[in-house]
Order: sequence, then structure tokens, then C-alpha cells
Amino acid sequence: MSVKDIKDKTPPRTMPIQSATFSNPINAEIRRAAATGIYDIRGGGAKRRVPHFDDLLFLGASVSRYPLEGYREKCDTKVTLGTRFAKKPIELDIPITIAGMSFGALSGPAKEALGRGASAAGTSTTTGDGGMTPEERGHSSKLVYQYLPSRYGMNPDDLRKADAIEVVVGQGAKPGGGGMLLGQKISDRVAEMRNLPKGIDQRSACRHPDWTGPDDLEIKILELREITAWEKPIYVKVGGTRPYYDTALAVKAGADVVVLDGMQGGTAATQDVFIEHVGLPTLACIRPAVQALQDLGVHREVQLIVSGGIRTGADVAKAMALGADAVAIGTAALIALGDNDPRWESEYQKLGTTSGAYDDWHEGQDPAGITTQDAELQKRLDPIEAGRHLRNYLSVMTLEAQTIARACGHNNLHNLEPEDLCALTMEAAAMARVPLAGTEWYPGKPGF
Amino acid sequence: MMQTYDLQANSLRELNAALHAQANDTNQTSWEIVNPRGSHAVAVGLDAPIEVSVKGSTGYYTAGMNKQATVHVHGSAGPGVAENMMSGTVVIEGDASQYAGATGHGGLLVIKGNASSRCGISMKGINIVVHGNVGHMSAFMAQSGNLVVCGDAGDALGDSIYEARLFVRGSVKSLGADCIEKEMRPEHIEILRDLLDRAGSDAKPEEFKRYGSARQLYNFKVDNAY
Amino acid sequence: MCGIVGLFLKDKALEPQLGALLTDMLITMTDRGPDSAGIAIYGAEDTSASKLTVQAEDPDTAFDGLADKMAAALGGKVTLTRNDTHAVLQVPAGKAEEARTALREIAPEVRAMSFGDTLEIYKEVGLPKDVAARFDIAKMSGTHGIGHTRMATESAVTTLGAHPFNTGSDQCLVHNGSLSNHNSLRRKLQREGIHIETQNDTEVGAAYLTWKMQNGATLGEALEASLEDLDGFFNFVVGTKDGFGVVRDPIACKPAVMAETDQYVAFGSEYRALVNLPGIETARVWEPEPATVYFWTHDQAPNPKKKAA
Repeated sequence: MSVKDIKDKTPPRTMPIQSATFSNPINAEIRRAAATGIYDIRGGGAKRRVPHFDDLLFLGASVSRYPLEGYREKCDTKVTLGTRFAKKPIELDIPITIAGMSFGALSGPAKEALGRGASAAGTSTTTGDGGMTPEERGHSSKLVYQYLPSRYGMNPDDLRKADAIEVVVGQGAKPGGGGMLLGQKISDRVAEMRNLPKGIDQRSACRHPDWTGPDDLEIKILELREITAWEKPIYVKVGGTRPYYDTALAVKAGADVVVLDGMQGGTAATQDVFIEHVGLPTLACIRPAVQALQDLGVHREVQLIVSGGIRTGADVAKAMALGADAVAIGTAALIALGDNDPRWESEYQKLGTTSGAYDDWHEGQDPAGITTQDAELQKRLDPIEAGRHLRNYLSVMTLEAQTIARACGHNNLHNLEPEDLCALTMEAAAMARVPLAGTEWYPGKPGF
Repeated sequence: MMQTYDLQANSLRELNAALHAQANDTNQTSWEIVNPRGSHAVAVGLDAPIEVSVKGSTGYYTAGMNKQATVHVHGSAGPGVAENMMSGTVVIEGDASQYAGATGHGGLLVIKGNASSRCGISMKGINIVVHGNVGHMSAFMAQSGNLVVCGDAGDALGDSIYEARLFVRGSVKSLGADCIEKEMRPEHIEILRDLLDRAGSDAKPEEFKRYGSARQLYNFKVDNAY
Repeated sequence: MCGIVGLFLKDKALEPQLGALLTDMLITMTDRGPDSAGIAIYGAEDTSASKLTVQAEDPDTAFDGLADKMAAALGGKVTLTRNDTHAVLQVPAGKAEEARTALREIAPEVRAMSFGDTLEIYKEVGLPKDVAARFDIAKMSGTHGIGHTRMATESAVTTLGAHPFNTGSDQCLVHNGSLSNHNSLRRKLQREGIHIETQNDTEVGAAYLTWKMQNGATLGEALEASLEDLDGFFNFVVGTKDGFGVVRDPIACKPAVMAETDQYVAFGSEYRALVNLPGIETARVWEPEPATVYFWTHDQAPNPKKKAA
């Protein structure tokens, strides 16, 4: 080999290595922040991977326990919410409810579709930060009216029209933060409902205007009960952060139902830093909340609704096995209606994104016509067809959950228990307090 | 004919149920509540053109979400009096605690004494006339309606205000973010004259200054974040 | 999260009724705090003795011979007067703090509730009416007193977690609200050698005042400093041997009502707590301003806007 040959060969070189810390998405965000001077605002829930229901598996019955026959042997799915103090508790056919999403964040047809789908499935839907629309009330056989810090559209007539009242203290996407609705979505009707000028950015307060803390909340709940003749179940919704204390205090303040929303729960719009960095994974919320209910002797008497990242019947069954009485879905319901559907891919591309990643719900340009107030885009959603899709989806989730419950030998979804589960990861084992698969151990288990 | 309710002898539930049972065409137009003794949720959720007179001081949320009714408290009122009022009139002879008229959508709230902090917080169309002073953070995020203060206002008046009008006769300890003094035009004098008249105040509209939104927080931009 | 009541008597004629008036006020605040209750009573001064109020889970055995052991530790005469789970040890004048320190050695299972010349603190888990009844608070007389009903937020429902907290000789503190920097402050104070028993946020507030005063601040200065150093929401009512004070955080969300007549100054989380006080119909009733320290003493003519010394 001549010297020339050696020179011609490319010498070995170090591969370019992307930093795990300064990754391309992070660098892009630094450049975006540097250019605009404002934090990133988006919709949806946490996108990062956190320990979740996927990290749990069920232990089907075989010899030591006997399974139930699918279709033939009954597996009850009914749930009654508000049995503690309310004269008129809500009876649902399935333990899957629709979480609060505002008219304003969602279009009128989208709200109608949610009402149609939920009603057909025998469950409830929930208003949001913006008041109750006649369409929504009309199409929802059971409607939960949210009582929020902003009190947009709050009035005693709608309060009495509701089937339950949900006092919203916080939500999983942004515990400790208020709501946001940017000007693009403040149409004439939204502006009128919220008593705001059209087109301005609307920020909701992070605390209620007329009470702070559980001792005041108790008096607020008394007032709401007096206004509604003690008929309506009163829910208290909290974002998952300190679920043991917050659940206990909601109970002490007099709640009928506690709604606990983990960090995968969505929002119409807030700071990305809030969505990704504040809150507790849904999986980690349930056991402490159930523990609080049990310590106070009110588990099942005060019902627990869990939300944040529920997608399948398996998720439903797992949440219930950990002690929830019901679950609520938001993002999943929007996807069932048609949110982020690949059929609109070319339009997502025009917005600089792709189906499945679209989260600029606050901009009001949703190609699927769901998270928008644009009159033309709204027309893309047929509320009847979308409602039917939601009903189908709720039905499938229920059937899936029943399949699992029967396989575990239960004649009622509420009889699922933590002992029906095992965990695939140490993290999930610790958070759900169920044994690591194949062992009898989980981190933090007493006696080890 | 006057109906009298003694809150020492009868329960709050009985009282509110009786008041709720009044229809628009009721002939029981006059009610008197004695011995309120600081009770919460007195005369809440009313929806009939009745007159309720409360003899003594009340606790939280007196006349909350009122519609049509006239509620007159001959004493002081606790936190959140007339919160989310829709219409009608609420008069407090004494002082009002925090959050008076919070999120109110309509009607007239008159406080003959002083109101404490957060008077008119997040108000959405209600008219509030305070004969005395108001505390800090009054009219925080106030959206619409009028807040009239015949005395002085505390710190951070009208912080993050939207389109509500604030009229103050005395001093303002400090203005909140995006709240500025504005020109008092003839139409404002007229609004103020009417409100003072209805609230039984002999203050002169010309003695007041008007405050409102500078509208600089209406859209997110870098200078607004802190 | 809680209910607070306080009563500072100007009229000596009311002193025999102090316990009864405070008991009534306390029970009215049950809704705000059903978990535990406590009361601090400032009684008549005995110039020959100071007081250490103690509590035990098992008072029958724990209080047996305690006076003798304390007498041996301190030197001088010690008497013990039991009241249910509590007892007041009368120790030689000026030796109350020494007695509190000695107690940890001679009877570690017995907990000190308060020490000083006139202060006695009684507190237990349970409904305010039951707590007041078991100590027969209604029969007690005194110059001023502070009561508290607790709805526990993040720390355990225990006797030690109940308020009032004793902050120094004849000093006590109650709190409504929620402090958000109590953990780091607790670590700092513990490094400074301040004794803190519980995970309770209020105890840290109390310990903070103690620490400030140990470093030369007056109670008033310590309260002023708390406005800067404590994060979160608080209404504090504090008692001293001859006075009582009130301070609210700058945001001032938690409720506070005060009433004053020629006979007394009273504090309540809600007006309901004050309705049975004599002459309340004609009292001056107002709400304390945020971030302002108020103080009343017997030494001078009370002044509602007077800043603490």
C-alpha cells in the first residue's frame, strides 16, 4: 500500500451526536422563545411518557378463581353518583362520563355531539368554563354544570336545570392555574356568554373569587345546596397533586363526589410548561385518594371519578380496580368525534403539524371543526354522526371493561380490586401499589 | 301581608324553601327574617319580586344569585353578599365583608357602610354603590357593570379590569395592573347620577373620578408577561 | 383551615365569664374545624408561682408522682392540678421554661402544652363542644383567651397538631390558612436549634416568632417580619401575658371579623362567633386590614389601630 493510498482513504471520524439534553425539539423551543418572547401555549394534555395504565396487567381467573361467561353471565356497569347528601343522585348506565369542556373551547356542534353520544350511551356530559348552552342541555339527558372560578355564564336558572354541580378547584393539565381562551375563539356568541369584548384574550382566575380553602368551600357548598333545594349532587374537581389531602378535604367540605384529574388530562389552552411539568400521573393519583376515602369511612359513599388519559376499556377497568367509581374522558371523546383524524392530513400539514400531533386548539383553526368557533370549519362536524361515533366508542369501552371484569370473575365492574392487577414496571408498581408481575412485592409495601 | 321567620326557631332550609316557593304573582310580597345571627346562605337563590327584610347581621353569601327580589339587611353582611346576583336589589345598612357582589350579572347592590376587600371581583354587569370605602383588590378582573365608591378605595383597584366602570369619590390607594383614570364624560355623569339616586346617596357625581381599562392586557404579548 | 376566636377583656367584671364566652364562640366555629380544638386562657397571676401545662395520653400513670419529680429537678415547691388529660404544674416563679426543659428528661411521655406565668393551653382531638366540656373551659376565668377549631390540611390530626401553639413564655399563636414554605423554614429553624415537634405548618409559624424574639425582636417586630418571611395564606391571632394581637397576610383571603366595645375586643373567623357577646349589637365591628399588625394590651388604653410594640 502506497502513501498515496492511505491519504485517499477517509480517516475514521466521530459520528455527529445529538445531545439528549439539548435535543432538536428543545433547541427549536429555545429558538421559538428567543424569537417571540412569550411562552408556548397549546391545548391537550401531557405528551411526555409517564407511568400509566399500560404498565398494569390483569390476572384473569383460572383455577383458584372462576371466570364469568361473556354475554350470558351478567356483569353490571351501572353507577349512582351523589348518594351522600343529594336528594336526586345521578344514575348512569356506564361508569364512563364525559369531562367538562366548554362551549368556546369547543364548537356548538361538537358540544351537541358529546351530548348526543353520551345520552345514547346512558351517561352524563359536563359543561365547561363558559356556561350552559340550550343545545347542550337539550341534547344531554344528564348534564353536570361546572362551577368555575371565572363564573362565565353562571346563573341560578342553569344551576337548577343541571343534574349535578361540579365545583372546579383545578384540573390535571394545570393544577393551580386558571383557564385561557385566546381571542381567535371569542366569537360574538362566546363573548356574549362570557360578558367580554369580542376578540380579546381571556384569562380565568386560578382561585375562586369568593372562597379560599376547605372551610370556606363548606359554606359555598351549603349555598349551592340551598339554591338548588339539596337536590343536586355536588362534585368537587381537583387536579392531581396531593390527592390524599385534597380528597379528604373535599369530603370534609361536604362533597358528594370527588373528581380527580391526573396530569394527562387535557385543556383547551394553557402554557406547555404547565401541561408537561405540573401535576401527578393519573396512575399515581388513585390509590392515595381511595385511601383518604377509606380512612374517612366514605369509600363508595362519596364516589370517586378519575380522569386524565383514559382511552380504552382496559384503562376503565384498571382505574376501577384501583378504587375509582367511574372515569371521565375528554381527549378520547374528542378523538372519537374526529379530532386529529388523518383524513384532514393535508390541512394539518398546512398548519405546520400532522394528524395526531395537532394541539393548537386555542388558535381556533381546527381542520376537524371541533375546537373552533369558525362558522365554516364547524360545519365539517355532523353532530348526529359524530354523536353516533361517540356512543359506539363508549359502548366498546364498556364491553372491553366487562370482558376484563368477567375474566377476573366479577359480576360487577365495581368488584374489580387492586389484587386483580400486577405491574410491569417498578414505577407502576409503586404508584398503583400493586405487585410487580410475578412477585408479591411493590416498592413501599409495608413489611418489606 | 308580612311573613316573619325566626332563624333561631326555624331552619335555614325551611326559610329558603318558603322563599323559593314564591311565584311571580305571589301576594306574600313582604318577608321579615329575625335572628339571623351571622347565618350563611340567608335568602339565596330567590326568584320573585318579593321584599325580604333581615333584622340583624348575616354570614356568607347573603342573597346569593338573587333574581328580582329586594333583600334589605339591617345589619352587616358577611363574605360574598349578593354574589352572582342577576337582578333585583340588595341593600346592606352596615358593612359588607370580602367579595361583595362577586361575579354579579345584574341588579343593584347598595352598601351603606364600608365594603372590605375584593368588592365587585369579576363583576359581570352588576351595579354596586358603596357609601363608604372599599378594600384592596376591589373590581379585580371586573368585566362589566358599575362600581361606585363614595369613600376611598384600597390597593390595586381594578387590577386586570375589562370593561367595568369604576367611580371613586375619595382617594385610591393604588391602581391595579392595566387600570387607569379616564375622562368623565357627560354620559358617565348621567350613569352616576342615576346610581347615586337609586342608592340613596347625596354625593355629587361631579366629585367622582372614573377609572377603567387601559386595554393593554387584552392580547398576550411579551410585555404583559411577568 | 380553621376557625379562630379571641377575646380580650377590658372590663374586669367580665373576667369570671371569660371561659363561658370563649366556649360559646368556639363551638359556633365547629363547621370550620371539626377535627380538633384548643383554647388558651390567661388567668390570674400568682407572683409566687409560674405554670407549665402538660398533657398525657395516659394521665393516670403519667401524672403520678410528676410533681415530686419536677420539684426534685427544679428545687422548690411544685403542685399539680389535673384536668382530664391535662394538668397544670405550679412551679416556683420564673421557672416555667426550666420546667419545660426538665419535663423532657423526667417524663418524656408527657407533652408540654404551654409555659408561663398566667397562660394555660388545653387542646385535644375531637369536636369543639366535647373538647371544651372535658376541660370545663366554661368555668374558667381570666383576662383574655384565644380558641381554635381545626380542619387539618396536610398534617396529622393529633393533640400536638391542634392549636394554639405555645411560642414562648406566656405566648401563643393560632392560625387560619395554609403556609406554603413551612418545610424549608422548619429545616432552617431546626438548624438554628429551635425545637419543633410536628409537621404542622402553624407550629413553624409559631417557632418562627419564637426564633425572631430570641434574637431580640419584640412580638410586634416578629409579626412584621413574618409578613416578609412566611409564604402562603395566614390569619394569626397571638396572645401574650398582657395583650393580644392580630395579623393577616397581604392577600388576606381568610376571613376575620373584629368587634370592640368598652368591655372587650373580640376576634372571630366569622361574625357568627361574636353574636352572643354582650352588647354586640352596638359594638364597633370591622375587618382587620391585610399586612397590618394590630395589638391590644392592658398596660395602656387599647387602641384598635395601635401597632405592636
